[in-house]
Amino acid sequence: MSDARVAVRKTYKLFIGGKFPRSESGRSYVAQEANVALASRKDVRDAVVAARAAVKGWSGATAYNRGQILYRVAEMLEGRRDQFIALGLPAAEVDEAIDRWVWYAGWSDKITQVYGGANPVAGPYFNLSSPEPTGVVGLVPPPSFLGLVSVVAPAIVTGNTVVALAAKDAPLAAVTLAEVLATSDLPGGVVNILTGDPAETAPWLAAHMDVNAIDLAGITDPTLAASLEEAAAGNLKRVVRAPLTTPDWSADPGLTRMTAFLETKTVWHPKGI
Amino acid sequence: MLGTRSIKTTAKAWAIDLAIRMVDLTTLEGADTPGKVRALCAKARRPDPADPTCPPVAAICVYPAMVPVAVEALAGSGIHTASVATAFPSGQAPLEVKLADTKAAVAAGADEIDMVINRGAFLSGRYLEVFEEIAAVKQACGTAHLKVILETGELATYDNVRRASWIGMLAGGDFIKTSTGKVPVAATLPVTLVMLEAVRDFRDLTGRQVGVKPAGGIRTTKDAVKYLVLVNETAGDDWLDPDWFRFGASTLLNDLLMQRTKLTTGVYSGPDYFTLD
Amino acid sequence: MFEYAPAPESRAVVDINPSYGLFIDGAFVDPADGASFKTINPASEEVLSEIAEAGPADVDRAVAAARAAYDKVWSRMPGRDRAKYLYRIARIIQERGRELAVLESLDNGKPIRESRDVDIPLVAAHFFYYAGWADKLAHAGFGPAPKPLGVAAQVIPWNFPLLMLAWKIAPALAAGNTVVLKPAETTPLTALLFAEICQQADLPPGVVNIVTGAGETGRALVEHDGVDKIAFTGSTEVGKAIARAVAGSRKKVTLELGGKAANVIFEDAPIDQAVEGIVNGIFFNQGHVCCAGSRLLVQESVYEPVLASLKRRMARLRVGDPLDKNTDIGAINSAAQLERIRALSDIGGEEGAERWSPPCELPDNGFWFAPTIFTGVTQAHRIAREEIFGPVLSVLTFRTPAEAVEKANNTPYGLSAGVWTDKGSRILWMADRLRAGVVWANTFNKFDPSSPFGGYKESGYGREGGRHGLEAYLDV
Repeated sequence: MSDARVAVRKTYKLFIGGKFPRSESGRSYVAQEANVALASRKDVRDAVVAARAAVKGWSGATAYNRGQILYRVAEMLEGRRDQFIALGLPAAEVDEAIDRWVWYAGWSDKITQVYGGANPVAGPYFNLSSPEPTGVVGLVPPPSFLGLVSVVAPAIVTGNTVVALAAKDAPLAAVTLAEVLATSDLPGGVVNILTGDPAETAPWLAAHMDVNAIDLAGITDPTLAASLEEAAAGNLKRVVRAPLTTPDWSADPGLTRMTAFLETKTVWHPKGI
Repeated sequence: MLGTRSIKTTAKAWAIDLAIRMVDLTTLEGADTPGKVRALCAKARRPDPADPTCPPVAAICVYPAMVPVAVEALAGSGIHTASVATAFPSGQAPLEVKLADTKAAVAAGADEIDMVINRGAFLSGRYLEVFEEIAAVKQACGTAHLKVILETGELATYDNVRRASWIGMLAGGDFIKTSTGKVPVAATLPVTLVMLEAVRDFRDLTGRQVGVKPAGGIRTTKDAVKYLVLVNETAGDDWLDPDWFRFGASTLLNDLLMQRTKLTTGVYSGPDYFTLD
Repeated sequence: MFEYAPAPESRAVVDINPSYGLFIDGAFVDPADGASFKTINPASEEVLSEIAEAGPADVDRAVAAARAAYDKVWSRMPGRDRAKYLYRIARIIQERGRELAVLESLDNGKPIRESRDVDIPLVAAHFFYYAGWADKLAHAGFGPAPKPLGVAAQVIPWNFPLLMLAWKIAPALAAGNTVVLKPAETTPLTALLFAEICQQADLPPGVVNIVTGAGETGRALVEHDGVDKIAFTGSTEVGKAIARAVAGSRKKVTLELGGKAANVIFEDAPIDQAVEGIVNGIFFNQGHVCCAGSRLLVQESVYEPVLASLKRRMARLRVGDPLDKNTDIGAINSAAQLERIRALSDIGGEEGAERWSPPCELPDNGFWFAPTIFTGVTQAHRIAREEIFGPVLSVLTFRTPAEAVEKANNTPYGLSAGVWTDKGSRILWMADRLRAGVVWANTFNKFDPSSPFGGYKESGYGREGGRHGLEAYLDV
């Protein structure tokens, strides 16, 4: 009889509204040699409700506060670095993902100045344009962990809340990231992560009338991409299309993934005495 | 257990429309104004302006001072005007004030009165006083229907809920209602079950049917359907009718409308597509 | 006693051809199948001209011309030279301003005071503004060498015909794209005059192509495989159809769609000033404005005085001949639009709202609708939810700032909003919470080429105007 300790295994669950429920459907599937919750359309619905409820608080938080929380995510991720490596991720990718959180954390209180500004209108008016979060953003992240971070962080740093459908065959890093997020002072509902089959759940997310935008980064099937875009047109979601080729997520991300989910609001007021 | 019945999609569509027809659309705020009440009445008539097939609600429920506004705004619609009365929500006023409150609301045009029972007297064991007060209010109502609010959140036990239900029915109440919505614990399924059993037994014994109205805390379609299943299983389908079962609610209606739209369009809807009033 | 004399602007400054072809590759050409339609003066129903109707073959030809001009000329031209063409165009528009204004009022029905003082000056300003960007794109914040997209398909509405053309063409050309633009079928004339201006400016052939026609022409254009970019202004319904049609393609899309803007009047607002803003918000351009302040939200405590002032002010509005300089409200643009306004207004009455219009005499010929307000309206009325696109105002009330925000935002649209209050902190509080692309505080319906314009939610996506407006035409 061996005296090796019997390991305590982890149950991989969904992440909705800051909690870790099982799928309402009671279903699970095996991925990366673990049992993982298989989300249903009703889990999508619940996640959207949680994301919507979180919009007011998160978008109303100060940019400084959001930046601090994203930085906190980086700190927590750094502390759990080995957990991600143990899932089989290259150490370099985990490090890059940590650095990406730091990079986006800093944008929280800078994007407004870079992307907004005063407008010199031809009249006695104060006129200012500033970016605001779009609202609830649906994400279909790519299987790569760095890719996942690279679509979640830019969406939330500006005040959006997200429902992310983790890649079917690579859910463990996504759930582990959810555990990081849950311990990073990020308010519940700002990030919701559903494991399962995006081919099953994404159409519900794309068609949901209370979702304002969708990022199809992880969709590789052009037919599915087209049908999701079509569904997204039902309430004119802002759409980031599926990439034509696999993106290099380690490249400089630029601003587009932030600006894709920003609305520009322009305020006018007369000047006078 | 009864709440977990799964129902067919067609039954669900029917249940949603029934639930909409059972809603007493309620605003009971110190901040109520004629404008607010008129807005609510418009919503009562056309819960979903974009869909003419959507039925209207059962009634509007307001404070007595707002009854004339509601009556005018609902004229010709067939929607009832319910008024709370008898020093709602505490009921802590002399009987003559409660009766005057009731008469004023009826005179202003309310055809349903939602009274509160005297919980102080009830909890002190002065059941006769509770009974007589209800009977007096019933008389003050004239032809208006009387809903007796038990405020079950303050009655502490199911035995008390059953006892209060019987007092309310024996004293002449046309409906027994769970709650004012003004105390932390409002309608719950177990309390409603007790009340449904009471109205079932009361009819078996007396031949008179009394309605039930859970109020407060029912916010989702899922909740409403659970209540309807409970009605069906306990009191029977005689009660599956707006004349005999109501929901006292304000936010429930929009969730019902959203689920209704989900059934017709096949996609999940959002609050932007439904009116706030 | 104090009668105003009729003050009609002379029609002599315009010279309308009996018929127009399509403007493709720098020349007016006949459509492949010879189809045509008439454009009329909505104030008199007089036929103004016979307009070619572009079919798929014509659209093909226009897109090919735009592609050739893009590949061979425009994308290779230094920015400073593109700038000079745009400056030329701006100057010609200024010089021919009166002619354009009269033609716009004739074809559209809008008062000459508006076309002369608002539309056409803004058109010139828009070309001037974007002309300056053409050689400064590297400094616009989109990287050191932002690239144009290629051929832009642009479809515009009839409410501000030439201004919408300017909003589309100026940034597209500045960024280095070439365009095929379809004006609305009821208001093609100023776009065709603009084509002449392009000729006059010696703009290289094919850089701007104008294809006239109705919905089918527009559909052929946006669905054409040869276009890289679609810019559409119009109804939310058509906007959604376009978004569906481009699904799976790589076409970049910007949409500027409908609205149901709340104009919020707080109790501390300067009432007379607010009433001017309300009137400007809903009766400007006969209410044919996507950002019109069509839902008036008045704080209950000032409802009576605001309504009294509004009615008094409305009684002074002059409805009639668009070419009369004294006219405040001109003709409804088309019989179809008039029918829609009537139908929705009738529904407003049937749903129990109270309708009021000042006494006003409407001409016998043409399409007219008196300025109208509905009181007793709530969010549950269709006239508070659906865009009427006419001189019809729905009046609602609110109690608290939070309720005003809730009601203002309780719509699938999010194009614009108005706030009237004397309290600065409240303006900023409201502006933060209103989900709309433009918030006018203590003013309404102000536009400027440097100021981004566009919607949230179902009012569309992308911005027109300002540095932001360039993004729609660059590969970023």
